[in-house]
Amino acid sequence: MKRRVPLTIVFIVSLFMVIQYFVPLDSWAWMYQYLIDWTIIIGVFALLLGIWSLLRVNYEKIQRKSENWQYSIVTLLGLFIMIIVGFVPGWGNLENYTYQHLFYYVLVPIQATMFSLLAFFIASAAFRAFRARSALASLLLFSGLIIMIRFVPMGPLSEPISEIATWILQVPNLAAKRAIIIGIGLGAAATALKIMLGIERAYLGRD
Amino acid sequence: MRYKCIIAAAVLFVGLILPQALFAQEDAEVPDSLLAEVQLEPPPQPVVTEGVDRPNDNGHKLTVKWKYPEEGVDLIEGFEVYRSMSPDGEFQLRGQSPADYFEYFDIGGVDKSDPDYMANDEDYYYKIVAIGKNGVSSESEIGGPFQTSGQVFHTGKIPVLIGVVIFAFFTVYFISSAKKGKELYVRPLAGIEAVDEAVGRATEMGKPILYILGIGTAADIATIASFTILGRVAKKVAEYQTDLIVPCYEPIVMSIAQDVVRSAYLEAGRPDQYNDDMVFFVTNAQFAYVAGVNGIMVRERPATNFYLGYFAAESLILAETGNSIGAIQIAGTDQITQIPFFVVACDYTLIGEELYAASAYLGRDPLLLGSLKAEDWAKGILMVVFLIGVLTVAFGWDGIRELVRVNL
Repeated sequence: MKRRVPLTIVFIVSLFMVIQYFVPLDSWAWMYQYLIDWTIIIGVFALLLGIWSLLRVNYEKIQRKSENWQYSIVTLLGLFIMIIVGFVPGWGNLENYTYQHLFYYVLVPIQATMFSLLAFFIASAAFRAFRARSALASLLLFSGLIIMIRFVPMGPLSEPISEIATWILQVPNLAAKRAIIIGIGLGAAATALKIMLGIERAYLGRD
Repeated sequence: MRYKCIIAAAVLFVGLILPQALFAQEDAEVPDSLLAEVQLEPPPQPVVTEGVDRPNDNGHKLTVKWKYPEEGVDLIEGFEVYRSMSPDGEFQLRGQSPADYFEYFDIGGVDKSDPDYMANDEDYYYKIVAIGKNGVSSESEIGGPFQTSGQVFHTGKIPVLIGVVIFAFFTVYFISSAKKGKELYVRPLAGIEAVDEAVGRATEMGKPILYILGIGTAADIATIASFTILGRVAKKVAEYQTDLIVPCYEPIVMSIAQDVVRSAYLEAGRPDQYNDDMVFFVTNAQFAYVAGVNGIMVRERPATNFYLGYFAAESLILAETGNSIGAIQIAGTDQITQIPFFVVACDYTLIGEELYAASAYLGRDPLLLGSLKAEDWAKGILMVVFLIGVLTVAFGWDGIRELVRVNL
C-alpha cells in the first residue's frame, strides 16, 4: 500500500501529461498549468527543508568544533543577515538600500568571480585535451586549432580556414551532436515510460 | 491724340482681354475640381467570404477572409477589420491588413477577464473597411456568423503519437521478454564498470566519496536517472563502510536524495551508518553552489567524485577542481554542451542516454534491461527512416519527409 498509492498517482498524472500533449483544449491546458503550479508550491515548502538542513549541518559543525568550523559561522551569518535585512519590519523590504547593496555589490561580484574562473579552467582543460598522443587526439588537436584560428586575421588564408572551420562545425560536429540528441530523446522517453509503469522507482526510495 | 490711343487701348484691355484672361483661369480650374470629385469617390467594397476556425488549437482564433476587386487595390491604403457579437452591435477594431492581403488572423483572448476574449462556439460578425488613399473608406456588408472552437485532438502531432505507440510497444515487449527469462545482451559501459573500482579505491584510501546530482530539479530526467545511480552507489558505499557526501543544489532533490541514500543503507543492512548530514542542502545559487562544493573537495579531498545529472556552466569548474585533487571522476549528463568538458576533465564520462541507461547496467534488472533493448530497436528504426528519408529527398521525392513532419 505504501508503494501502490504513490505509484498509482505517478501513473495517472504521467498518463495525463502524455495525453494533454495531444489535446489542445482549454480545460486540459488549465489542468496542466495547475499541476505545474503545484510543483512551485511544493518547491516553496521544500525550501524550508533546505534551510533547515543548512542550519542543522552548520550548527553541528560549530558545536562540535569540526575542522574548518569557522566557515560555518560565515555561512550562517550570511543567511541570517540577508533574512533580517530583507524581511524584518522597519528595515524595509527586498527593495531597500542595504539589501540591494548586499545583493548587487557582494553576492553578484562573488558569483561573477567564480564564473570567471571558468576561463582559466578551460585553458588548463584544453592543454590536457590537445596533447597529440594518438591519431584521434591529433585529429582533435588539428580540428581545435582550425576552429580557434578562424577568427584570427591570416591574410589570404583567412577565407579557406573559415570555410574549413564552418564545415567542421556544420558537418561532422553537427552530425555527432544530433546523434547524441536523438539518443537523449529516446533515453528520456524510455526513462519516462519506466517511471510511468513503475519499473524505475528509485526516486521513491527502496522497497 | 496720343492719350486717346492709350485710353482706348486700356479700355480695350479691360473690356476684352482681362475678362478673357479671367475666364481662361476659370476654365483651367475646372479640370481640378472635376478630378477632386473623382478622387472623393469611395473605393470598391470588400466582400467578406468566410471565417475559418484555425485547426489544432484551443479555439479563440479565427481567420477572416474577403474578396476585393483587383482594380481597387491601387486605390486603397489597406483594410481595417472589425468584429462584433451581433450584426446590430458595436463593432470593435481588431486589426489592419495591407491592401494586397485579403485575410486577417484574429487572435482573441483566452481568459474571460481579457477585453479581447473570444468565446468558443459563439457567433461572431465581421466587417471589413477598405481605407481609400483619398481618405474615403468603404465598408463591406456584415459577414457571419462565424464560430471558433477548440479541437479535442491535435492532428498535426499524429507522427509523434505513432512514434510513442511504437516505442511503448517495443518497451513492453522487451520487458515481458526479459520477465520470461530471455537473456538480453547490453554492451558494457566503462564508466559504469568503474563504479565498483572507484568505491573500492575510496575505501582503500580511507577517503570519502563525493556525489553531485547537478543543478537540475527533481523533475529533470537526468536528475531522476541520477537518483537511481545514487541508490546503487550508496549501497556499495554502505557495504564498504566508506563516507558519502552529497551536497544538493535543490531542496526537493535533497529530500529525495536523503530518502534514496537512507533506503540504500537499509538495503545494505547498515541503517545505523546513515545520517541525514550525508545529504545536505548547500544553496540554489549556481556559482555559490560551485564555491561550496569546490570548498568541500579541497578540504575533504574525496577519492572519488561522481557528477551525474543536469549540469551547466559549473561543470568544468567542478571537474577541474576534482582533477586537481587527484580524485577518480565519473561524470554523466544529458547536456550536450557540457559533455566535452567532462570528457576532458574526468576519467569516465557517460554521454547523453548512457546516463539514463546506467541504472539498468548497474542493477542488471531484467525489467530495466528490457527498456534498453527497446531504445536500441527504436534507434534502429529511426536510422532506417532517416536513410530512406535522405535518399528519397535526394531523388526529389518529399513523401517520407511529409509523412513524419510534425505541424505544431
